[in-house]
Amino acid sequence: MNYSKPKFKEKYGNFINGKFEAPDDGEYFENHSPIDNKLLAKYPRSKESDVKKAIEAANNAKDAWGKTSVAERSTILNKIADVIEANLNEFAQMETADNGKAIRETVNADVPLAVDHFRYFASVIRAEEGSASELNENTVSLIIREPLGVVAQIIPWNFPLLMLAWKVAPALASGNCVVLKPAEQTPASATFLAEKIGDLLPPGVFNVIHGFGPEAGKPLASSGKVDKVAFTGETTTGQLIMQYASKNLNPVTMELGGKSPNVFFSSIMDHDDDFLDKCIEGAVLFAFNQGEVCTAPSRLLIQEDIYDAFIEKVIARTEAIKMGDPFDMNTMMGAQASNDQHEKILSYIEIGKEEGAEVLTGGGAKKLDGDLSNGFYIQPTILKGHNKMRVFQEEIFGPVVAVCTFKDEAEAIEIANDTLYGLGAGVWTRDAHQLYQIPRAIKAGRVWVNCYHDYPAHAPFGGYKKSGFGRENHLMMLNHYRQTKNMLISYDKKKLGFF
Amino acid sequence: MEFKRVEITEEAAEIVEKLKQQHGEVIFHQSGGCCDGSSPMLLPKEDFYIDDNDIFLGEVSGVPFYMSHDQFEYWKHTHLTVDLTNGRGASFSLEIPLGKRFIIRSRLLKEEEISYLNKKEG
Repeated sequence: MNYSKPKFKEKYGNFINGKFEAPDDGEYFENHSPIDNKLLAKYPRSKESDVKKAIEAANNAKDAWGKTSVAERSTILNKIADVIEANLNEFAQMETADNGKAIRETVNADVPLAVDHFRYFASVIRAEEGSASELNENTVSLIIREPLGVVAQIIPWNFPLLMLAWKVAPALASGNCVVLKPAEQTPASATFLAEKIGDLLPPGVFNVIHGFGPEAGKPLASSGKVDKVAFTGETTTGQLIMQYASKNLNPVTMELGGKSPNVFFSSIMDHDDDFLDKCIEGAVLFAFNQGEVCTAPSRLLIQEDIYDAFIEKVIARTEAIKMGDPFDMNTMMGAQASNDQHEKILSYIEIGKEEGAEVLTGGGAKKLDGDLSNGFYIQPTILKGHNKMRVFQEEIFGPVVAVCTFKDEAEAIEIANDTLYGLGAGVWTRDAHQLYQIPRAIKAGRVWVNCYHDYPAHAPFGGYKKSGFGRENHLMMLNHYRQTKNMLISYDKKKLGFF
Repeated sequence: MEFKRVEITEEAAEIVEKLKQQHGEVIFHQSGGCCDGSSPMLLPKEDFYIDDNDIFLGEVSGVPFYMSHDQFEYWKHTHLTVDLTNGRGASFSLEIPLGKRFIIRSRLLKEEEISYLNKKEG
């Protein structure tokens, strides 16, 4: 199949109470494609009044939706999955046009994973049980889970549809109504989804509000009429959202990124086999999704006795990354999501050089031809340095990896943990002891062992330290969207005897 | 000779002035982490809780610039300039509706700057 930029309407609305609505004050913002910086469509620049309408619609819908049977909700989630699957290519093209990522990723990862995510939550709620404990012969404690009510969700632009699925599927599965604010860089797929699934859900259960953080995000996160806020993004806005939520004593979940170490031990070079080939790819996965992944393996730690031999292979594999038209199935890496990200990445490469990091490959913007010359492309870049440099400590969110060496296990662990964050990590070895002990010693919520960048449903995902809290991608997320109701029942006919 | 840890370009200062008129007192807080992280956020002063966990790096355009202490440990050898670029951030920073984004340019502090700042900050 040939992929291309899909047709967009001139402008879109917010999705409120089952209908598309224009913003109250009639203001829209332009959404450009990072592939060529051309206009895709206009989306509502919503303000507080629009946000309030969505929250009200969700509140009106929550009692009935919260009482639907799990069978009913499960069926609807499966239907949502079916609709996304039936429109897989359209979703993939839209995601590539909007975010800039290569079509081979949206076709093979973003969209299929989103489909599976809805199916996963459709399944697990059918298999769940509450609990009953007989505390003594006359007293029984029942635990029943109840939905929170209305959930505000603010999602990022790096995987617009998949991050939507990670948040929306468990929230709906556990019986909540949702007000979702997609990132303003990538409003397309959430709107397209609302067009496709709007009639599957009762009005008000799923609402999509577009707009800017300070204008639409703030009234959503600070509303006293939502019962929870879930956020993926950066630390300052994370703190701000937690402050807003604290005024309402609302629970929050936060996924705030990381600076994930990817650790390669000597034994990987013991044989020249498929596994070594996999290790080389594992190191080059820093360039996956243009490096715009919260868990990007952006620090590469290599044991010093194999450094020269291994990095040579990693550089060669990195230099083989094909950049070009993101709609070409052979393109491996597309555009960065926006101009400001592009600028930020370049400024980090500069400070890295100034701090004394050696550029092993890449090291600048990538100019493509024709229409693509206006897009935001960066060469996959490897910087050699040490862990105290800023390029080793800050999330660049681009195809830039910082590499250093370590002497032994103790030093590997020390460097791996010398970071403010703790979202992901990778450990690569043929040594059976290291396979268990090193991942346990790394302070991160997800440690990939002899693999990386795999995100199957039913493997919980979330951070330690400043990377946040909450575990998505797993049934334990259901309880982040629910209350615990305890019924404590006495079957004793006799009084306590106090009064 | 006086040295500063953080400065601002004229272009960025103009936008800060504009936003001060619109929003009143504001602060900069350097963000970290995912997505729009590693960028400075301009926020209404009363919205964002600053305490001993944050360090004050100086004022730019009359706006205090903060960063968390632990982050500063990795940044303290660098001089920062708040600059401006066209763009579309997804954070709560106040310039975003203008289609602009503050961005940090960095360079290493020189020896004389470091000794001056160390003395001044005790």
